[in-house]
Amino acid sequence: MATIFWKELADHLGSRRFFILSLIILVVAGTSVYLGIRAFAESPQTVGEHTYLLLFTQSQGGLPSFLSFLAFFGPLLAVLLGFDAVNSEFTRGTVSRILSQPIYRDAWINGKFLAGLTTLSVVVMSIVLLMFGLGLFALGFPPTGEEFLRLLLFVWVATVYLGFWLALGMLFSVLFRHTATSALASVATWLFFTLFLYMIAGVVADQVAPIRADATAANLLRNQDIQDFVLRFSPVALFEEATLPILIPTYRGLSLLALLTRTDVPTSPLSLGQSLLVGWPQLVGLVALTSVCFAVAYLVFMRREIRAS
Amino acid sequence: MIVETKGLRKRYNHVWALDGLDLFVQEGEIFGLLGPNGSGKTTTILVLLGLTEPTAGTARVCGYDPVREPLAVKRVVGYLPEKVGFYEELSAWENLRLLTRLNGIPEPEARKRIEEALEQVGLREVAHRPVSTYSHGMRRRLGIADVLVKKPRLAILDEPTSGIDPEGAMETLDLIKRLRDEGGMTVILSSHLLYQVQRICDRVGVLHRGKMVAEGRISELIGQGQGYWALVEGATAALRARLDSEEWTLSVEDLGEGRLRVTLEEGAQPKLFRVVAEEGGVITELRPKVRTLEDIYLQYFQE
Repeated sequence: MATIFWKELADHLGSRRFFILSLIILVVAGTSVYLGIRAFAESPQTVGEHTYLLLFTQSQGGLPSFLSFLAFFGPLLAVLLGFDAVNSEFTRGTVSRILSQPIYRDAWINGKFLAGLTTLSVVVMSIVLLMFGLGLFALGFPPTGEEFLRLLLFVWVATVYLGFWLALGMLFSVLFRHTATSALASVATWLFFTLFLYMIAGVVADQVAPIRADATAANLLRNQDIQDFVLRFSPVALFEEATLPILIPTYRGLSLLALLTRTDVPTSPLSLGQSLLVGWPQLVGLVALTSVCFAVAYLVFMRREIRAS
Repeated sequence: MIVETKGLRKRYNHVWALDGLDLFVQEGEIFGLLGPNGSGKTTTILVLLGLTEPTAGTARVCGYDPVREPLAVKRVVGYLPEKVGFYEELSAWENLRLLTRLNGIPEPEARKRIEEALEQVGLREVAHRPVSTYSHGMRRRLGIADVLVKKPRLAILDEPTSGIDPEGAMETLDLIKRLRDEGGMTVILSSHLLYQVQRICDRVGVLHRGKMVAEGRISELIGQGQGYWALVEGATAALRARLDSEEWTLSVEDLGEGRLRVTLEEGAQPKLFRVVAEEGGVITELRPKVRTLEDIYLQYFQE
């Protein structure tokens, strides 16, 4: 498996599509650092003690924060690494050549997945470190240990999240013969989860628990809960909910209850352990989604007939 | 027996690609697997390699069961797929290097084998150019180098000459023959081009609809020693009548304008010469009556 892993990794890191996408993400990273630093310069006292985390969550004037950018465009990078992983080998005729060598069949797909995952984590990690470096330059003081820990955790969650999209891309590449079909299916799924599900969630909530003019607090709460429930089918929402408490120590959850109590409770930051607890269910859901998605791709691939034509 | 299958059956969505195939190949021979497209040649090969599971029947390759011990089989068998593909952005050398790594061949040995293989197929000069710049013939030869670096006991070549010009095909076949003669490798090759296979195969098997319909040495199959064909021109009616009456003629066919097509028994040629000389006429053609593989083919495929 190691041989496959290193070959695939080398392929990914040397490919043109990887280069282009990394470039885009790099530009965004630069922008986010700039936004964060400007916010800090304008009102240093409101930022509190977690300046570095601000670099990742600050959005301003239509420019998205790094976090939402990663949640939105990260999947594209991941899907691009995976969508032709298996079917392109079929069209090139390399499948029978490689699988007639003394390796287990699953070593091949495992190696491919691990190589993709490593590539993604290397990208996220290097961008995070780069932003750290830029921040150090501009701010002139180092991040605290806790900030660093939180960001390491963020890198890990982001890798799991991107891993889901990688696995999805690979699943489509096993299911469909043509790379164009699997690319379209991947992009369609991405659009569905990043855009349409947000619209659908609102519609469903308004249908099930419409908010009338004389709406009570319970009514509002129910509407919001249903919306959240629908949204949580999307890995994008799960990722955002799981990472917000990690990156924003004062964050206490999405629910209306948390929003209502926010004004009553002093917004002191939570400790790392407590922040983790806030996003724990979403985190577990994300890991499960990624595992299930890869497991399905794995099973379908193992049962696939190796006919050249 | 290096390869032995009994009653192999394989079904793909309601179609029996293999329907009770019995195949035997001995160590050190070149066995030709013949048959038209869709007769089950590639399926047979995939089953032998353990790349696909038979629906019924058993197979043994080099003493291993491909269903239960596919890795053991793949370690000693080299395979050239019909539509072999390479990683286009890598060079020939790197493509072969990947293969030696997958086979766990240690570094110095691997280098030596790659150099040797590239030398044998004549790709040494272009070894470090990316495969995307290769012609079709070069790719086929690189596919053979693929098999060579493994130094397998058994090489299975699926249509090794398909899509190569006649000259290149001859070279490839000669190379395959040399490998067997010098390296003692057993070779199974599949083809639908009979005349090419005829040159180098010790034994052939003809597949049709997943069954072995004819098998044996080429000389046995084409059935030498079954009499002669003769074409006689300028024949008179008397000659015709005389040939008709002789017991050593098997058939006499009048082609018109004094031309006769005569089939005679083995060893009756001198009698034919004498009779034709006596009655007047010219023998313009005399050849052994053999069945070509073409005939065997057609016999089954016209059904």
